[in-house]
Amino acid sequence: MKILTKWLRAYLPGLTVDDARLAEDLTLRGIAVEGVSDLGNGNGSLYEMDITTNRVDAMNHYGVAREAAAIYGLALADLDFALPEARQAAKAFPVRIEAEDACGRFTARVLRGITIGQSDDWFAGAEVATYFGLLEQKRISNAVDATNFAWLAMGQPTHVFDLDKIEGGIVVRRARKGERLKTLDGVERTLDAEDLIVADHAKPLGLAGVMGGWDTMITPATTNVLVEAAWFDPMAVRRTARRHGLHTDASHRFERGADFHAAPVASALVSRILLANGGWIEGELMDVRVAAVEARTANRKPIALALGEVRRILGKTADEEGITAATVEGVLGALGCGLAASKSASQDEAEWLVTLPSWRLDLEREIDLIEEVARVYGYNRFANTLPAFGEGVRALPWAEKESEVRRTLLAAGFHEAIASTFCSAAEAALTAPQPGLMVPLGNPLSEEAGVLRPSLVPGMLGMIAGNLNRDVSDVRLFEMGTVFSGTTDKVEERPAVAFGAVGSLPEQGALHAARNLEFHDLKGAVEQVLARFQARAVYFDRFPAEAGLTPKWLHPYRAARVAVEGATVGWFGQLHPREAAARKLAAASKLKEPVLVGELYLDRLYKLPLRRPIARDISRFQPVRRDFSLVLDESIGWEKIDQALAGLQIPELVEWRVREVFRDARLGAGEYSLLMGATFQAADRTLREEELKSYQERVVEAVGKAGARLRT
Amino acid sequence: MMNEEIPNLTAFDEAALDKAFGVVEQQAREAAAALSGGEAVEAFRLQWLGRKQGRLTEISARWLKVAPPEAKKALGQKFNALKAVVEGLLDEAAGAGPNDAALAAEAIDITLPGTRRLTGAEHPITRTLNEITSVFAALGYSVGVGPEVETDYYNFECMNFPPDHPARDTQDTLVVANQDRRPQRDRLLLRTHTSPVQMRTMETQPPPVRIVIPGKVHRNDAADATHSPIFHQVEGLCVDTNITFSDLKGTLDHAMKALFGSAVKTRFYPSFFPFTEPSADVQISCIFCGGKGCGKCKQSGWIELLGCGMVDPAVFAFAAEKQPAYDPKKISGFAFGMGVERIAMMKYGISEIGSFYAGDMRFLGQFA
Repeated sequence: MKILTKWLRAYLPGLTVDDARLAEDLTLRGIAVEGVSDLGNGNGSLYEMDITTNRVDAMNHYGVAREAAAIYGLALADLDFALPEARQAAKAFPVRIEAEDACGRFTARVLRGITIGQSDDWFAGAEVATYFGLLEQKRISNAVDATNFAWLAMGQPTHVFDLDKIEGGIVVRRARKGERLKTLDGVERTLDAEDLIVADHAKPLGLAGVMGGWDTMITPATTNVLVEAAWFDPMAVRRTARRHGLHTDASHRFERGADFHAAPVASALVSRILLANGGWIEGELMDVRVAAVEARTANRKPIALALGEVRRILGKTADEEGITAATVEGVLGALGCGLAASKSASQDEAEWLVTLPSWRLDLEREIDLIEEVARVYGYNRFANTLPAFGEGVRALPWAEKESEVRRTLLAAGFHEAIASTFCSAAEAALTAPQPGLMVPLGNPLSEEAGVLRPSLVPGMLGMIAGNLNRDVSDVRLFEMGTVFSGTTDKVEERPAVAFGAVGSLPEQGALHAARNLEFHDLKGAVEQVLARFQARAVYFDRFPAEAGLTPKWLHPYRAARVAVEGATVGWFGQLHPREAAARKLAAASKLKEPVLVGELYLDRLYKLPLRRPIARDISRFQPVRRDFSLVLDESIGWEKIDQALAGLQIPELVEWRVREVFRDARLGAGEYSLLMGATFQAADRTLREEELKSYQERVVEAVGKAGARLRT
Repeated sequence: MMNEEIPNLTAFDEAALDKAFGVVEQQAREAAAALSGGEAVEAFRLQWLGRKQGRLTEISARWLKVAPPEAKKALGQKFNALKAVVEGLLDEAAGAGPNDAALAAEAIDITLPGTRRLTGAEHPITRTLNEITSVFAALGYSVGVGPEVETDYYNFECMNFPPDHPARDTQDTLVVANQDRRPQRDRLLLRTHTSPVQMRTMETQPPPVRIVIPGKVHRNDAADATHSPIFHQVEGLCVDTNITFSDLKGTLDHAMKALFGSAVKTRFYPSFFPFTEPSADVQISCIFCGGKGCGKCKQSGWIELLGCGMVDPAVFAFAAEKQPAYDPKKISGFAFGMGVERIAMMKYGISEIGSFYAGDMRFLGQFA
């Protein structure tokens, strides 16, 4: 919205501050001036305004001038447009409000003998021409320009009909379903039974508060007119405008609440401008009001306001005097409120009954008045204080767990990422842990974002693909976020973490041969995460492809289920080659490295307590390492050997690990070799040779039972 | 290595002994000085200290055995001193390792880049969220969270949005499918702000309340350099007896100084939000130019950063339905909210909001 300071100053004869200062003062009081441009030639400045929707009353010159008057304590010129004596009418022009819920006031004035045309010599000197010129407001004809002038001056929509096209009189009513109206934009509209219209006794004339009709439009031939200025209900106008896909200046104002008392003033202003080219008024102003609407707009019940409450909410000011009874009275009085002291008490206990101005429908409650006091007094004149507090700060129950998972993955060399909350239905079907339970959006951003993600995997795959497509070949990412399941009636949210990796190790190095990341690199990261938690049973397993248990996005023989205390807490492994191909990941990854990806269901993990480190004394006695070269059938995995050793329960067998796995031609068909290192150590003594020999024999026996033989 | 003859000892007076031992010691020192590498040290040890053919054994055989009894004591002392010298030389040689020339042959190019392991980087949004929540933790604020899919009631109605408020339109808000037949208040949508958690907290906890609410929110916005349909917010809520507008100002002024440096100034001006009254927007003095005016602040010297206000009594009335202690006549409070992306973009000089959600390793790696 554009405002001319020249126009403002016409309403504020006592205003002495310059335009820049005025802009600053208005802005800091909520009437935001976004831009100031100097118009030169003594024409003042053009303000570009950005006024919040609750302050529709200030979206015009008089409204802004009123704010300035309140800020500086100045007198504001009255809007008073004296009209010539009316000629007697044979009979009063008939106006009836049928839709009393939706039209609170309708004024109609008949002007006859007027000349439609352009004139530079109008009302109030050359103001219209000057102001319109400075605002770059196109001048069309005196009838259109008059309504535009009233709009810019006081924000009151008005309408001028060709009186001779009106049959009978005016009725404000709801349309009959199927009635037709051609509006000023040239569109033929079929009306709905809920549309609020201004009609004559035969036909609709216009969409009330939205747009006038074509047939009663002013033409150069028009000589007799009817000037309409009314108050329409916000909701009724909003519905009508929406239904017809229209948004006009008039609908904008009425939707947000017009000033009940503005209609006759605006009508006089429009009439004055039209009569400047000749013509006369016929009859008195027809002014039909609906008492119920008047009572809830112009004549609202006064609001009780206590100075104590103002101070309770607003607190300390920077200067010592603070907010006084005089401050309250000065501010609210200037804004058009009437203040009646309701109690003759001390200054500090002042209370008032405050009557509200008809143009400020946003003021309804005591707190609204307190806001006005703070606003006009100036927010930055309040002190900066800190409230005392005595309560402790409580952490969310899972906050530490969440941060441990994040820390572990960061330390494992994964960057944290955030992906879209949405995915396509196809991706959701592929990755949902609970197939079929997915939640589509009613108004998705796109088809690819049609569903709330049931898994973080689609986002992870998208980000991996994005990196590979940008020739970033070493990717290690994780995302911690919410996944969704359920139905459109009940949506369930759970925390999850996904991780993905592709590329080689080390990531940067001039001197070492790089090797591709593989399954066990990812498994290591998963194990590190799981190790943050206190769990009795953690294991990894895999299922034959035909069991159909492995998620479809994973390679069935290079994927693992993660089970903790018997419950599935996630899946990870190599991306299924079919999915990699579908996403062109194999082509993008020049080295044809496998894409590794996985997801853990954190809600299940968070049920476990975090592992609290417990320190044990480090033995001072020499550890002894013994290597065992084992030969195993391909069907026997490390897990069997591991369990066999654990089953021995030898306290001095403190550690065992795989040192090497290899296959060579000297082994039997379907066999492989595994070098295992076992470390023996006692806390209280140096192990004797015969003890060690006995342990070794027990190890060989146990792994033998598990299906391994010693390589000879 | 030198392998000189061991001189025969013909006289056993003090001077003759000194001379003879002096010669041998000099031989040992010269030999030791030339040592290079572990093998040479071992050879030196064998040559001098070897039990059978070592030179000290030989000296012992040649000199001690033939010495007259009255010279044996002095000779024995000098022999032991020589042995100590040789052992010392050996220790020195073994400890010092290879000599400088040998080390030079092992030179490497230390200007080649180091072999780096990737250090995972916390996402700049997480990092910023954590910074904000810790500033407020120091002021007594706990963290509150809530669901990303909300009902119309929590997202709009109890936050005092009128039924026909434009934000409720599907043009602004992403909604779950198939909600048309449900009552308005039960309709599911992607929360457009983290304000619903204010109500969820008040419903379960009587005053006093001090929480900050970090979280992901969504709007039906077209993506551009500074807008994204996905973004993050931190909201705060403080409710107690006698919480005032000046407390709100002081709290946010302190928080902005903690986040952006103590030189930062704050400025409040009126705004409008359905759930607060009075409402304010907060500007901070431009962190790029210090308030002098630059391109980043459009020459104004100020950057708009957050919205806030005193909790509207209507919001308390909704809370009082479940917790009667939220009587707006007895308690008061303030709320504030800030966009995390905007703050992160300012703090880290990020120009495209979309960078946050692309998972580009090169972008994320900058925050390691």
